[in-house]
Amino acid sequence: MMHGMTFRKTKNHLMSFVMLACTLAVLIPLGLIFFHIVKMGVSSLSLDFFTHIPAPTGEAGGGMANGMFGSAIMIAGASLIGLPIGILGAIYLSEFGGSKVSTGIRFAADVLSGTPSIITGMVAYTLLVVPMKGFSGLAGSVALAMIMIPIVLRTTEEQLKMVPGSLREASLALGVPFWRTSLKVTLRSAMSGVLTGILLAVARIAGETAPLLFTALGNQFWSKNVMQPMAALPLQIFSFAIAPYEDWHKLAWAGALVLVTVMFALSLTARYFGRSRHAR
Amino acid sequence: METELPSSCYTDATETTVQSARKKHEPAQAKKLNGDAVFRYLTTCFAFSIILILALMLYEMTGESMPAIKAFGWKFVKSTEWDAVQGIFGALPYLYGSVVSSVLALALATPLSIGAALFITEVAPARVGALVAPLVELLAAIPSVIYGLWGVLVMAPWLQSTVQPFLIEHFGFIPLFQGAPYGVSMLAAIFILMIMVVPIITSITREVLLAVPQSQKEAAIALGATRWETIKIAILPYGKSGILGASILGLGRAIGETMAVTMVIGNAPNISLSLLSPAYTMPSVIANEFAETTSKLHASALMEIGLILMLVTLIVNALARLLIWSVSRSAKGGAA
Repeated sequence: MMHGMTFRKTKNHLMSFVMLACTLAVLIPLGLIFFHIVKMGVSSLSLDFFTHIPAPTGEAGGGMANGMFGSAIMIAGASLIGLPIGILGAIYLSEFGGSKVSTGIRFAADVLSGTPSIITGMVAYTLLVVPMKGFSGLAGSVALAMIMIPIVLRTTEEQLKMVPGSLREASLALGVPFWRTSLKVTLRSAMSGVLTGILLAVARIAGETAPLLFTALGNQFWSKNVMQPMAALPLQIFSFAIAPYEDWHKLAWAGALVLVTVMFALSLTARYFGRSRHAR
Repeated sequence: METELPSSCYTDATETTVQSARKKHEPAQAKKLNGDAVFRYLTTCFAFSIILILALMLYEMTGESMPAIKAFGWKFVKSTEWDAVQGIFGALPYLYGSVVSSVLALALATPLSIGAALFITEVAPARVGALVAPLVELLAAIPSVIYGLWGVLVMAPWLQSTVQPFLIEHFGFIPLFQGAPYGVSMLAAIFILMIMVVPIITSITREVLLAVPQSQKEAAIALGATRWETIKIAILPYGKSGILGASILGLGRAIGETMAVTMVIGNAPNISLSLLSPAYTMPSVIANEFAETTSKLHASALMEIGLILMLVTLIVNALARLLIWSVSRSAKGGAA
């Protein structure tokens, strides 16, 4: 009996150790990636990086100012298209939707957010680039919006569902029309959670590269016209990383550091808003 | 696009749901312009635009693939010849590369993820778990181009100088490890995919484990089970389908992953048993060739690869969602 017990205890300890080892195996490569981004990124980062466009092939220096600008424009465009659709769609799901219809839409949204983003790029290419006879920042924005919509829809719906029904009833009882109740009472009281979803969706599309490959295409120069090919930070990181020039690799690392910093800032802000609402 | 989506959704499909919604919320009827009706109509359209987008994607991809489907038929997925100049397109090397890289990456990632998720939820002190769990979630959000950057500039050179020569010297008798150390290779793609999907599978598995009812664990502990025995007899069987769903979701990600794989796999349409040789995947060939297609047929062949990719990920994702939903639903039912 004693022997059986010690054997079971030993096995228990052994398996706990294996699970710890798994966790370390998960965290170590990710820690290494961070270490390299920070180390290489910090040493290549300079003021020029934020103010200049890339230097010609093989020349030292230059920056990714045009890429950061282009990314900002395209993210703003995608938000302009995606946020109203996502948020108002979520209001339908939580306030009007019959259960079967809503399940179908929810399922479509989940499936859509799992579709490879390069497919989104191909669809935006056939819908916009071909008819408009040219790559453009606008096509990039639309491709990013298609990625954004299902994320915003699902997160907003979850938040709206948590708003107690009594709040809506109180507003309706005061004679406020349903649409004003939805926007001014229900949506507003869920706002911090909705904001969390929006920030996470922005963080997600800020790093997307594949859908921009054949929509925005990228641009070596300043591109301020959304009807023309447009530079984007992730696209520049990609093309500079696979180029055979040491100077370009340095720019790619600096770009990666900036991108990761922005994403983490967005995630942490999102977490802050999320926590203030429903602390666990 | 803003106006295009809602306007094209004024179809008969929306009519029926507006009616069903009307039944639910009987509005204080018509004054001048009925704000509520307009609002309901608008939100309905936006919600249905999700289904519309999905349908539109399938429609466009199928339509654009038609020339290639008509020209090659089944030969498209059976042939290995890909020659844009001569107009001959066979996608087998890309299918092969996608299947091998994602399945092997998943085989490595799943046990690690389950172990890590169990550690975070069941073994680690609550404070450690509360620190590691959000960290893993944060990592799942890193853009793939950054994984690719690290893969091509740090990992691939390391594989080339250290890991691959070692494998060739000591395990070279196995066909999997024969050939020359190139660095960029199927092996590099498998490793980078593993690193990328592990945070995703871990955080979903963690959610599944958290949904296992407390009573389930308490019953096992009351019977005198050790922690590992509790995990084995009470927790894992309960969360089985959810964990399976999590790893299938990881498979979907791995198959569709574009940037990181394109940067490290070497982009050579080989079918080689050796993991050390460069290979190619479906998303990678689209990423590399689509902007510079040489002919209509070339573009159509890439579209057909995209269509296959989309159908595969649709099926995989639908399956995964159903499995994960089944766990969270039964957990909610059990709690009530």
